[in-house]
Amino acid sequence: MKYFFSFLLFCYSIGFAQPQIPKLKMWATDLTNTLSQSELQDLNERLKSFQDTTSNQIVVLMIPSLENYPIEMLAEETATKNKIGTEKNDNGILLLIAKDDKELRLEVGYGLEGSVPDAIASSIIRNVIRPQFRDNNYYLGINDGINAIIAAIGGEYKAEDADDNGGFPFVILIIIIIVAFSFMRGGGPFVPGGVYRTGTHSRGWSSGSSSWGGSSGGFSGGGGSFGGGGASGSW
Amino acid sequence: MKNKGMMIGCAIGAVVLLAVGMLVVWGISSYNNMVSLDQAVIQSWAQVENQYQRRADLIPNLVNTVKGYADFEKEVLTKVTEARARVSQFNVTPEVLNDPQAFAKFQSLQGELSGALSRLLVTVENYPQLKANENFLQLQAQLEGTENRISVERKKFNEVVQSYNTTIKRFPASMMAGMFGFGEKQYFKAIQGAETPPKVEF
Repeated sequence: MKYFFSFLLFCYSIGFAQPQIPKLKMWATDLTNTLSQSELQDLNERLKSFQDTTSNQIVVLMIPSLENYPIEMLAEETATKNKIGTEKNDNGILLLIAKDDKELRLEVGYGLEGSVPDAIASSIIRNVIRPQFRDNNYYLGINDGINAIIAAIGGEYKAEDADDNGGFPFVILIIIIIVAFSFMRGGGPFVPGGVYRTGTHSRGWSSGSSSWGGSSGGFSGGGGSFGGGGASGSW
Repeated sequence: MKNKGMMIGCAIGAVVLLAVGMLVVWGISSYNNMVSLDQAVIQSWAQVENQYQRRADLIPNLVNTVKGYADFEKEVLTKVTEARARVSQFNVTPEVLNDPQAFAKFQSLQGELSGALSRLLVTVENYPQLKANENFLQLQAQLEGTENRISVERKKFNEVVQSYNTTIKRFPASMMAGMFGFGEKQYFKAIQGAETPPKVEF
């Protein structure tokens, strides 16, 4: 017990101001407003479809600053808190970019350490992402990085057919119906055509930048865990 | 009159029986809980050990790559090799977790190796050729990755040990722990400078 307290004391004494761990709602999140809406949407669609076909979850997070917190710790905590990857295969990857610190890290889940070992992760950072970031081509760097990661993963893991998320669309449907009904009761400007409403709404929400994004088509972690695999770099 | 006394006796008996039954049920579940926590500690210890082993396995390769650069400081390499030899001589069993002295010894040996390795990586800074060698860069990435894994697994280990230690020390489960020999487990404590993986600017 004595040891534990000295350990805690050490943690506090070196004074890491623990930054807020972001709760991720989409595959690609940019808290620095560097990427345009369409670039973000493009990344989101690609990463979503990659997840749909392979069950592997690749998530990109761009933050302004680490506030002197080690990027390795922030990446591991962010990835673990958001449960990136499936619980069964631990097949998640987080690409964390701290723009002002010019540091980045690829955090690789337990299940992908075989196909994306540290040496490969480091090589992707040094040879693919870094040159683009040095020229301020953030979107291209991320995009090429994702391509390289997907190539490295290769055929590792396949999506299982709607076994565990079979109930999910049904829940969305119910939410849509409830919301649609409450709109109808509320008597908004478009009251006539209830059928027309449910039809358009399901489309509108899946674009997902609103707070509804989480429940309709947004990213949600599958319970994957991380053990500190991956690589860091700077540009 | 006699009948009433018997009824009271029966009632008391039933209450006592019920109480004993509940105690036994509580005891079993408390014991089982401690067993699973104990297993969780051993399992996460195995993860920590794996990562230390993985680091030790990387070292010969790293030393050989660096050795190739003729004028590389021999002393730095010797320190790494020696520290590694001391680490592998130390016999690690799960019993180490119950023995504060052995645990401290394990930690200090691994700490010395970490120190020697980070000195090596700092020295490399003076060898631009080495830093441009793709083989070395990959080894370096693996080494840094392993150091990071070690600190992650150590953190997880400390969390598991914390919940184990809290459980066995809280009353009344502490009586059960004493009866069945569940002892306190050791934590990793941070050594100054050994917590964050060695950082090398590219």
